[in-house]
Amino acid sequence: MKTTGKVTGIVSNLVTVEVNAPVAQNELCYIELEDTKLMAEVIKVNGSSVSVQVYESTRGLKVGCSVVFEGKMLEVSLGPGLLSSNYDGLQNNLATMEDVFLKRGEYTAALDADKKWEFTPIVSAGATVAAADWLGEVKEGWLPHKIMVPFSFAGDYTVKQIAPQGSYTINDTIATLTDSKGEEFKVTMCQRWPVKVAIKGYKEKPRPYRIMETGVRAIDTFNPIAEGGTGFIPGPFGCGKTVIQHAIAKQAEADVIIMAACGERANEVVEIFKEFPELIDSRTGRKLIERTTIICNTSNMPVAAREASVYTAMTIAEYYRAMGLKVLLLADSTSRWAQALREMSNRMEELPGADAFPVDLSSIISNFYSRAGIVVLNNGQTGSVTFLGTVSPAGGNLKEPVTESTKKCARCFYALNQNRADSKRYPAIDPIDSYSKYLEYPEMEEFFTEKLSKDWVSKVLAARNITLRGKEAYDQINILGDDGVPMDYHLRYWKSELVDFILLQQDAFDAIDCQTPLKRQEYMLNLVLDICNKEYKFSRFEECIQFFKSLINIMRQMNFSEFGSSRFNEYQKQLQNRVENVL
Amino acid sequence: MSSNIFQKIYTKLESITKATVTLKATGVSNDELAKVAGRLAQVVKIKGDLVTLQVFEGTEGIPTNAEVEFFGEPPALNVGEELSGRFLNAYGEPIDGGPKVEGIRRYIGGPSVNPFKRRQPSELIPTGIAGIDLNNTLVSGQKIPFFADPDQPYNQVMADVALRADVDKIILGGMGLSNDDYLFFRQKFEDAGALNKIICFVNTTEEPPVERLLIPDMALTAAEYFAVDKNEKVLVLLTDMTLYADALSIVSNRMDQIPSKDSMPGSLYSDLAKIYEKAVQLPDGGSITIIAVTTLNDGDITHAIPDNTGYITEGQLYLRKDTDTGKIIVDPFRSLSRLKQLVINKKTREDHSQVMNTGVRLFADAANAKTKLENGFDLSDYDMRCLEYAKEYSNKLLSIDVNIKIEEMLNTGWSLFRKYFKPEELGIKQELVDKYWK
Repeated sequence: MKTTGKVTGIVSNLVTVEVNAPVAQNELCYIELEDTKLMAEVIKVNGSSVSVQVYESTRGLKVGCSVVFEGKMLEVSLGPGLLSSNYDGLQNNLATMEDVFLKRGEYTAALDADKKWEFTPIVSAGATVAAADWLGEVKEGWLPHKIMVPFSFAGDYTVKQIAPQGSYTINDTIATLTDSKGEEFKVTMCQRWPVKVAIKGYKEKPRPYRIMETGVRAIDTFNPIAEGGTGFIPGPFGCGKTVIQHAIAKQAEADVIIMAACGERANEVVEIFKEFPELIDSRTGRKLIERTTIICNTSNMPVAAREASVYTAMTIAEYYRAMGLKVLLLADSTSRWAQALREMSNRMEELPGADAFPVDLSSIISNFYSRAGIVVLNNGQTGSVTFLGTVSPAGGNLKEPVTESTKKCARCFYALNQNRADSKRYPAIDPIDSYSKYLEYPEMEEFFTEKLSKDWVSKVLAARNITLRGKEAYDQINILGDDGVPMDYHLRYWKSELVDFILLQQDAFDAIDCQTPLKRQEYMLNLVLDICNKEYKFSRFEECIQFFKSLINIMRQMNFSEFGSSRFNEYQKQLQNRVENVL
Repeated sequence: MSSNIFQKIYTKLESITKATVTLKATGVSNDELAKVAGRLAQVVKIKGDLVTLQVFEGTEGIPTNAEVEFFGEPPALNVGEELSGRFLNAYGEPIDGGPKVEGIRRYIGGPSVNPFKRRQPSELIPTGIAGIDLNNTLVSGQKIPFFADPDQPYNQVMADVALRADVDKIILGGMGLSNDDYLFFRQKFEDAGALNKIICFVNTTEEPPVERLLIPDMALTAAEYFAVDKNEKVLVLLTDMTLYADALSIVSNRMDQIPSKDSMPGSLYSDLAKIYEKAVQLPDGGSITIIAVTTLNDGDITHAIPDNTGYITEGQLYLRKDTDTGKIIVDPFRSLSRLKQLVINKKTREDHSQVMNTGVRLFADAANAKTKLENGFDLSDYDMRCLEYAKEYSNKLLSIDVNIKIEEMLNTGWSLFRKYFKPEELGIKQELVDKYWK
């Protein structure tokens, strides 16, 4: 028997319900309104009066409408077919909806139940398995999609029967498992999981120890994000947050990309819908869309579903991690999610925290970020969820609750600087304010030593130091005038400009410059440091400016040329000549 | 607004605030309209048998024994071809002396377009103003506000833009419009002979502020009719969104909601997004483009209203006075059209992006030179030329009184570059220099 209730109060999308039997916190329910059913989630229980947030518009709802409780939390369907799908925040498939307008109460299936998948078993009958162990795999595009023992299965099971190689739909039984008491369970290729609960079923979660390459120099070289790491990008509007996220989505060396467009502009999502099916992933030669799932809850879609969307995205990311894949989760923007929390807290008349956000904002955010990470699976392989969120601070002021709460839990901080954006120095990642805690990890240093060179981290710090000293010099030049400062100030400033133009700035719209592999980044960093470490003697500051301007011009051409090509080498020769001439 | 004769009439109010009344009533649905002592009101909260209504005209003089009558439906607008040329108030009732609008009844504030069904905007909207067409090109399906101080002629610029744009319908949503501005728009549309493609929803400063909350939804419901049902290109003008947001804060304040930044309601972002995201390029060719006005308080863009707006809209156009030429210009530094790259060089000449970037960069160099001058440092020859260039650039291109074709803007750009600079100072692609440096 399902618990039922009647609506007793309505304020916007917060509805109170009088119930006749037990309900659970976060339990799902449907409110019946004429011929539609509106999905809602329990967010507060007070005696027999229950507050639910409705995922749809509550227009026309009346006191006395019936409510049916489902006895489960908000869940998503996990199985082959998630990739290249476009979902809303509740995992409704947007592509299979017929109307141009979103219809209230229209819920579409997340996965295609008729599609047949070519299944290959991995275990054989008699094997002992536990939750998240691989039973078999299907090819989802080019990715091996593992069919796993459902995450909800506790303890050990014995495989009684496993389907032979062949094609099956997601609802066909592919295995029969028996538990220790001999009870039998049928397993299909699709399982359901509540989004607010982290998927476990791995052996351990070590500290991140290797880099997740993004091809963006200001990130990989200066503030690398680790595989399984977390980072966030705060910045005022118009600083290029979305451009950076899209660039990373296109280039990152991840197997699977989950993009959560959370309360942002619909036209930006349309850009992804349009571009990703056409763009080619340079590492696999396959279309980008084949490794991408888009969760799209734009700013005009119901607020409560916006809150759910980031959890839906995270759960899908964790699902692919359990297959031993590298997953990159991008959320744009987590501020919109926090605002959804604020709107609800406000309607429930909770005592507000800073800026009217709920007092537990900080713990909600850190709890969410903690779901990212690299894990060692039961079979010893690794999988990871790397999480990168954007934050849209009100008025561009970083002293606000969402930025501050996020700063406490995210390990990389990419501050976008308005001045850099105004002077078109893109990406506008501030070289001085931004940081990556992973640079300090001994595990990461070991990784760099092995992959690049022993003194990599100290080189990065040296380059960063040049920008810092350059900024100080620039401030002095501005106060005292070009003639009023010693030559050394000009030198310092122009060395920092060299680092800025050649390493930090990157043209996201240039076919070659947009993506720089780590090896090439190392080469350019060495080259720039070499130049900066030389002693120069100029008699007039104009000479200094002219010299560095010409270096910048030549090295920019290098950035635009294929690495190691004859053009690239030619520019490099020009560069050497130019430097030797001055020395 | 029709009412049901079988509907029960209530005559006892439990409580009254400046904007809301509460009474005991049953069978009431959320969002539905009612009449309280002859004034329109809308259900905003139901708690058991207590129903709270937001009274659009305000509650001055409403007695506790006022008659309350529920309509059983949310606010709606009659849509149809006969909307063309009409001037209506916030409830969709005529204010031009014409007959009541018949047509299909549509509830306002309807659902959103499925993002997956949207098309990518790709059609340029020419305005004749180089500060817009050249530097911040508008695209149909875009949403963009003018950020302007109250003393700037934003309504005039907007009217010019609307009349020059190649669209099928222009829908004006005036919120807190001064009576003078209302008459200005009316006269301007009439003079242009464009009345047949114009629909106006107007709330003037003489009318109660809470009524304004209906204006954008009314305007956009009409827009959706023409864009979706008739596949037309619709341009919606919303002025002034700052006054709309102020009305939001009044209501939320009266309902004892906890304010967030700048005493705005915590839902401001969602409230504004619901309006702006109605801008769309539809799969069957129709489109809704929104040009809005957000007035600033002394240029402060960190205030909650412009700040939230900036995160929602696809760019912003800043108007400011250029102190060197005394003209109102579209500020090339702080203005931005996020969709411009969808049309630049694709729908315009191949040299567009280079002329645009070079022109703005030189204007920035001039600004630096000016700072240098003010700080008492010597100017180089290049600095001097930049300053001269900036004056002419501001006059001939940035000023809002410019009205020329895009090709002419590009040619003007080249002629200015040639007058003050050498090609090697500009770093423009050589092939373009060869072709256009004449």
